[in-house]
Amino acid sequence: MIGGLFIYNHKGEVLISRVYRDDIGRNAVDAFRVNVIHARQQVRSPVTNIARTSFFHVKRSNIWLAAVTKQNVNAAMVFEFLYKMCDVMTAYFGKISEENIKNNFVLIYELLDEILDFGYPQNSETGALKTFITQTGIKSQSKEEQSQITSQVTGQIGWRREGIKYRRNELFLDVLESVNLLMSPQGQVLSAHVSGRVVMKSYLSGMPECKFGMNDKIVIDKQGKGGATEEAAGKSDLGGSGGGGGGGKQSIAIDDCTFHQCVRLSKFDAERSISFIPPDGECELMRYRTTKDIILPFRVIPLVREVGRTKLEVKVVIKSNFKPSLLAQKIEVRIPTPLNTSGVQVICMKGKAKYKASENAIVWKIKRMAGMKESQISAEIELLPTNDKKKWARPPISMNFEVPFAPSGLKVRYLKVFEPKLNYSDHDVIKWVRYIGRSGIYETRC
Amino acid sequence: MTDSKYFTTTKKGEIFELKAELNSDKKEKKKEAVKKVIASMTVGKDVSALFPDVVNCMQTDNLELKKLVYLYLMNYAKSQPDMAIMAVNTFVKDCEDPNPLIRALAVRTMGCIRVDKITEYLCEPLRKCLKDEDPYVRKTAAVCVAKLHDINAQLVEDQGFLDTLKDLISDSNPMVVANAVAALSEIAESHPNSNLLDLNPQSINKLLTALNECTEWGQIFILDCLANYTPRDDRESQSICERVTPRLSHANSAVVLSAVKVLMKFMEMLPKDLDYYGTLLKKLAPPLVTLLSAEPELQYVALRNINLIVQKRPEILKHEMKVFFVKYNDPIYVKLEKLDIMIRLASQANIAQVLAELKEYATEVDVDFVRKAVRAIGRCAIKVEQSAERCVSTLLDLIQTKVNYVVQEAIVVIKDIFRKYPNKYESVIATLCENLDSLDEPEARAAMIWIVGEYAERIDNADELLESFLEGFHDESTQVQLQLLTAIVKLFLKKPTETQELVQQVLSLATQDSDNPDLRDRGYIYWRLLSTDPVAAKEVVLAEKPLISEETDLIEPTLLEELICHIGTLASVYHKPPSAFVEGSRGVMHKRLPARTGSGEGTESPDVVNAAAGSAPEAAPSIIPSQGDLLGDLLNLDLAPSTNTVPPPTTSGMQMGGMDFLGGGLDSLLGGDIVGSPAMGAGFGVAPAVMPASLNAPVGGGLGDLFDLGGGVGMPMGAYIPPKTVWLPAMKAKGLEISGTFARRAGVIQMELVLTNKAMSVMTDFAIQFNRNSFGLAPAGPLQVLTPLGPNQTIEVSLPLSTVGPVMKMDPLNNLQVAVKNNIDVFYFSCQYPISMLFVEDGKMERQVFLATWKDIPNDNESQFQIKDCHLNSDAASNKLQGSNIFTIAKRTVEGQDMLYMSIKLSNGIWVLAELKVQAGNPNYTISLKCRAPEVSQCVFQCYEAVLKN
Repeated sequence: MIGGLFIYNHKGEVLISRVYRDDIGRNAVDAFRVNVIHARQQVRSPVTNIARTSFFHVKRSNIWLAAVTKQNVNAAMVFEFLYKMCDVMTAYFGKISEENIKNNFVLIYELLDEILDFGYPQNSETGALKTFITQTGIKSQSKEEQSQITSQVTGQIGWRREGIKYRRNELFLDVLESVNLLMSPQGQVLSAHVSGRVVMKSYLSGMPECKFGMNDKIVIDKQGKGGATEEAAGKSDLGGSGGGGGGGKQSIAIDDCTFHQCVRLSKFDAERSISFIPPDGECELMRYRTTKDIILPFRVIPLVREVGRTKLEVKVVIKSNFKPSLLAQKIEVRIPTPLNTSGVQVICMKGKAKYKASENAIVWKIKRMAGMKESQISAEIELLPTNDKKKWARPPISMNFEVPFAPSGLKVRYLKVFEPKLNYSDHDVIKWVRYIGRSGIYETRC
Repeated sequence: MTDSKYFTTTKKGEIFELKAELNSDKKEKKKEAVKKVIASMTVGKDVSALFPDVVNCMQTDNLELKKLVYLYLMNYAKSQPDMAIMAVNTFVKDCEDPNPLIRALAVRTMGCIRVDKITEYLCEPLRKCLKDEDPYVRKTAAVCVAKLHDINAQLVEDQGFLDTLKDLISDSNPMVVANAVAALSEIAESHPNSNLLDLNPQSINKLLTALNECTEWGQIFILDCLANYTPRDDRESQSICERVTPRLSHANSAVVLSAVKVLMKFMEMLPKDLDYYGTLLKKLAPPLVTLLSAEPELQYVALRNINLIVQKRPEILKHEMKVFFVKYNDPIYVKLEKLDIMIRLASQANIAQVLAELKEYATEVDVDFVRKAVRAIGRCAIKVEQSAERCVSTLLDLIQTKVNYVVQEAIVVIKDIFRKYPNKYESVIATLCENLDSLDEPEARAAMIWIVGEYAERIDNADELLESFLEGFHDESTQVQLQLLTAIVKLFLKKPTETQELVQQVLSLATQDSDNPDLRDRGYIYWRLLSTDPVAAKEVVLAEKPLISEETDLIEPTLLEELICHIGTLASVYHKPPSAFVEGSRGVMHKRLPARTGSGEGTESPDVVNAAAGSAPEAAPSIIPSQGDLLGDLLNLDLAPSTNTVPPPTTSGMQMGGMDFLGGGLDSLLGGDIVGSPAMGAGFGVAPAVMPASLNAPVGGGLGDLFDLGGGVGMPMGAYIPPKTVWLPAMKAKGLEISGTFARRAGVIQMELVLTNKAMSVMTDFAIQFNRNSFGLAPAGPLQVLTPLGPNQTIEVSLPLSTVGPVMKMDPLNNLQVAVKNNIDVFYFSCQYPISMLFVEDGKMERQVFLATWKDIPNDNESQFQIKDCHLNSDAASNKLQGSNIFTIAKRTVEGQDMLYMSIKLSNGIWVLAELKVQAGNPNYTISLKCRAPEVSQCVFQCYEAVLKN
């Protein structure tokens, strides 16, 4: 198991050092600094073995988190734990920075004591932790409160405490998708996938039992065959708001999905129904991935011509491909330029374009663009003559944008809430759904 | 609220000031001071001098302060054991606190204080906490048992904590179960043969129930533990798989990977024609692909594992090529791993896409990545024949870029393509030759020279090209020198008239001016071949080459199986068994996949194996280790790089092909007349000029008979010693014959060797080494051959062996691969040792223990054999067996049938229990063997037979 955990600043100074196992000595701290942080060459693996000791590291801004072990530990678990550790710290004190870590080092030690025992990760749900690791000194808890805390920390529903009350029961669903594309210069899709997340913010009283439904092909087909009645009670208030660009797609094929630990996986496996008791506040309910019938919101058509050895002509056309009534926002096209660029002249029809020498790219920004439109940029790039034999690698043209629909075509059909003990029903809950599609790695080779 | 100020104090006299503050009356000030102490501790300052003052702050009702003091204690208690005792009282008191959080904190911290005196005080509070009413305390106490075990294992056993811990597996709280499982798994790891984690269908069921309810981390502990279980049959295996598959949708990648591990392992037991088997295969692909959208570090772990999974079961991901395409912004470690998997998945169906991608990658920036991409293009050509032409043209395009490392890499792979498709793409040679000057890496130079030599007849100026290399001959690396030598000899054999001068030049460079023995030897051999029999030389040097295999870098199957059992762990990231990077006893246990059980065969019917037919009942044939492994493992024995000089042989059948050829060549050379050039006299100065014509004639047989005699006379009532057999015939070892046997004398295992020199030269400098084997046999000392072994001399050596060497399961189990070195060469042979020499003297079990153990071992582990034609009565048999450390514990007579109960202990601590049925008048005995490691049964049975019949 994890033998120790260190946090360093960018210079390699130790900010936090907690050793859990006897086989990890103080010199381990230095070994990592010397061999990884101060290494001459760029680190080539997130796992490093130095003198039979294995170091796992992740970096957040310029802070290094390193877990150390001498055993054959579960490597995936160690990384998951390090990410979780980052989440917990962010939830407690915001951004992970040297200043914040120094300001909260007592808290961090307290957390590390709680969520890692003898190197074994323990309950690390922020909701539960915040009930008893408070940094405000000890509260005089009553006996009931104490046992409530311990049963929550160890219990089956570790992510939610009893006795939550709201005057207004509300929930917000955000369908956040990032659409990824790799396209050849000829416009052929080399690979495309959407990785989406359903983020749920709930303000519900008691221990509400929830059921979530979407236009999953497998479920819809099953219902169609059985001739079952549309069970989506909440359909009216949720269904219509999606309105994607691709027209009337009824159901989508989901390649794979993973769920927050509150979702009953065995039930999903057996019936493909998503039921759960949500944590209070925000949580990422599910992640999914689709590869079929993706609506690609933009098409990039590049044209690069080398005029002699010292000049390059670039023309890029972008076309928006969704309903004309919808607006895409925060559009940014990044056209890479060779390292030996000496000057650039740009003309664009819409938005603003600038050559950024420090980034070796022309950045073209458009605030808003409606569907089914087209825009163009052309640039002349002057090159310094070089005797460098190596050709310019021509990095792909990348794009950023945000659209108000789900490029996968996913739609929320219902989210039903049952709370048998308290007297509010599904109809009393106010529900909101929002779809946002963003660019992930959206690249066109040129 | 800002604590960062505590990091800034660096003035002198700091310790003194802190001391004053720690003893202050004001609570706030105290707390501030402790915080400063912890901050100093973190940055590595020694604040141990403050120990008593900090400990004084321990008795407080402020939980935050208490935790800080505990943190300090954990760090410094070990250096101040006497002072640490001061803290014990508070701990014991806190363990009784009404607040469960404080009880748990106390027991958690006490376990981390590694001071013997404190551990004694820990026992009572721990016992209470293990049975605490609050689950939070129980789950903390469960881990504390593992901590205590790490400090003092004996104490934990004596106090009975292990049983309490086992009980916690049935706890009502899932987190307590998970922590108990984690603690037990860890403790069990340091006792490989204990039955601590008694996994049986009932306990498995409990674990599977807890799996649904506990935290993500708990699920990982449980899944990792489940992976150690071996289901009894395919039905049980399927039902466990069904209950594990839902975990594949968990958001935590580690849960997913651990579930994949369980499924991959248990799948081995499912019959392939089962519908469920296909369903399961389909279910595995999507979660594996999803792992690739995780954070880059996890992607890396996932990719390393996918690399293993693709090798074991290529069908799972064969349609998912696209997801392994490299993204521009992927970290380099992700890129390199993806590329590896792309090559493995390349097939006729997707080759066009793959090639287009690879070509794209070859223009990237990172040198390693580009090289790997170029190499990958070559691999594609070799793997998918239809694509070869396109690959070659792609490579040519890349050569045109003139980027130095791209060109070199391309030439190396084109050489392999030529090997795979001879006489097909030679038209490109001209282009390759243009780049001759830019090659500066040995591998690329060697490849280019090989190409020139191989196709010398088509290259008009081959002699010029090779001559140009010759100028700087002595500055080249060995690899290039050897290749150049061979290439010029090839050229000479193809165009003898024009190149005589060149060949003489290179031969004299190699034989006279070089210090490298490999180069010299090869030079002499060529020289002699050419001067005595040019026809033979042609046959040897221009022989048809074996085909090269399609896949490279495949992990050896046994290692792959082991790594599959370690999916998700560091071993799977390093692609090394845990024993390679973990110290001490942990992880030395080798895991393996379960065997497939036939669904048709009833497992209930006892397998009565007929002794006559059952001499080799195990289906798996004994595998001759491929040259690769043997070489790899024995490389320590200073094998010079010469073995793979001529185009590297890749087929496994070619064991020592090169060497045999060399050996044969030498012998016949020596036998023949030595006339050659004067240089030869120097080379073979040691060898006498005259030698008897017959080298390998009947001498061997005669000696063999003699040895048999010697073996028979052995110790009459002692341990059984098999007769000596010839392990290494003289023909195969340049005149060295080795025969021998194994014996156990006074508790020491000995390998008794007879070395005979049947060659004409004196042999010296003997050394011996073993390959890794099932029981870790290794020489306990050097091979003692003090005097040089003259021609026709024989020497008997006995080599004491230990059983602490590296372990690797062999097939058959008692197979031993040996390398013997002398001044002439290194020779390899493999032999089988009787497992009886591993039976230790204290193998007599108590009756009670025997009874309990017999019941405890599941019936599946029992195997029955028959020993035919044995005419001993039961007492005589018992006596005879005792001599070989097979102890009779009890004897029972039922209806004229004697039942002997016996126990055996192997050197690695494995117990084998036996029941021998002897019926008066019936020469056939029946024997049942029970063991927790049923693999050894077959070998043990063979020993019984050998001992009883001897």
